[in-house]
Amino acid sequence: MLLVLLRFNSLTVRHSGIIVGVGPAQSGSGAVRTADTDDRPGVARTPRAGDRRAAADRRSLGWLAGGLATAAAAAGLLIAPPDAVQGDAQRLMYLHVPAAWTAYLAFAAVLASSLGYLATRDPCWDRRARVAAELGVGLTTLTIALGALWGRAVWGAWWAWDPRLVSTVLLLLAYAGYLAARRVLGEGRGVPATHRVGGPAAVVGVAGFALVPLVHFSVVWWRSLHQPATILAPDRPPIDPLMAAALLLSLAAFTTTATWLFLRRLAALEPTPGGSVPTAAPNPVETR
Amino acid sequence: MTRPNRAGLALATVLLAGTGLLVQAGLRDTLSYYRTPAELAADPDAGAGRTRLSGVVVPGSIRHDRGQTVFRLAADGHEITVRQQGVPPETFRAGQDAVVEGVLGPDGVFRSDQVLVRHDNEYRPAGATSPGTAR
Repeated sequence: MLLVLLRFNSLTVRHSGIIVGVGPAQSGSGAVRTADTDDRPGVARTPRAGDRRAAADRRSLGWLAGGLATAAAAAGLLIAPPDAVQGDAQRLMYLHVPAAWTAYLAFAAVLASSLGYLATRDPCWDRRARVAAELGVGLTTLTIALGALWGRAVWGAWWAWDPRLVSTVLLLLAYAGYLAARRVLGEGRGVPATHRVGGPAAVVGVAGFALVPLVHFSVVWWRSLHQPATILAPDRPPIDPLMAAALLLSLAAFTTTATWLFLRRLAALEPTPGGSVPTAAPNPVETR
Repeated sequence: MTRPNRAGLALATVLLAGTGLLVQAGLRDTLSYYRTPAELAADPDAGAGRTRLSGVVVPGSIRHDRGQTVFRLAADGHEITVRQQGVPPETFRAGQDAVVEGVLGPDGVFRSDQVLVRHDNEYRPAGATSPGTAR
């Protein structure tokens, strides 16, 4: 979460020299206003998210993510040794664990953005919460799919009614429900509906985060088939240094990639300068 | 003022129903995923229904008998003999933790139809130390 938000802040701060005066421009252009349109000047758009410097920064971040992913793939597939007990199936750890970690991070970003929205009522925070939730849902799905593969290879079962597995599916359902609720409340139908959607969504976005510690500590609080954490364990159990290096590299690659996707999607969801909110995700033009 | 779109409502309903079903079906057995040999031995109702048993596969106890795999699971000084129908997963070996699912018979033998191999959170390359004996 911190990384995502810090990264975002650093981008906005660095480009603070360019001011996009959205509020007055909007009223001047004669855009159709509804009761839901935000009237305060300068709050509808994420400051400076659409300018060229920010786009260039996003591209650099994309290249960094690509480089880290390549290095992580090499480390995980070629350099790290196979596990003594699990064999090559253990290499799924280098995808499964970072996917789960990045999903936690995304849901933490939903929490922070929802709190930001509740404090400021600024639609920028609402969009951040939405994009983070979309990322989190995708990553949780990926985590479950990869975990099923790993489980089949090592436990001998795709699925088990185990506290970790069940709570992770609950987490997925909660945030999928969050996104569904946003649609039901009227997001993305051409009418700026931020305030109708944002308030209830932010409450759900804050409450939903309670599931994250439940998922993470499920293997400690209850009896589980799932193994407990290794890297995040208080007394770190033995892990081969090369395996740990591959895992950390992959964690960095996943985090960077998720941050890059977050910023791209956020830029794509920016309201157009005319004042209308895009009905669906517009094609993210490469220069943005 | 809001006309909720129908597809969205349907999706929300399905998700809510899914959550409810999962909670109802899952949490019953989930919060105590398995029992130990000592708990099963002490429980008079243990043979009443399907349950899960976990322990270390006792080294030297594995044998094959008429298409069944027979072994003992041990934890905290208690042991229970398991008769497993069918072949356990490839990762199944003596000295590793396993969870079996089935019914405890009146003769004290656990008749299982599913073996799940547990693995711990320690990772090491082959040949570094003898695996399995650490625990």
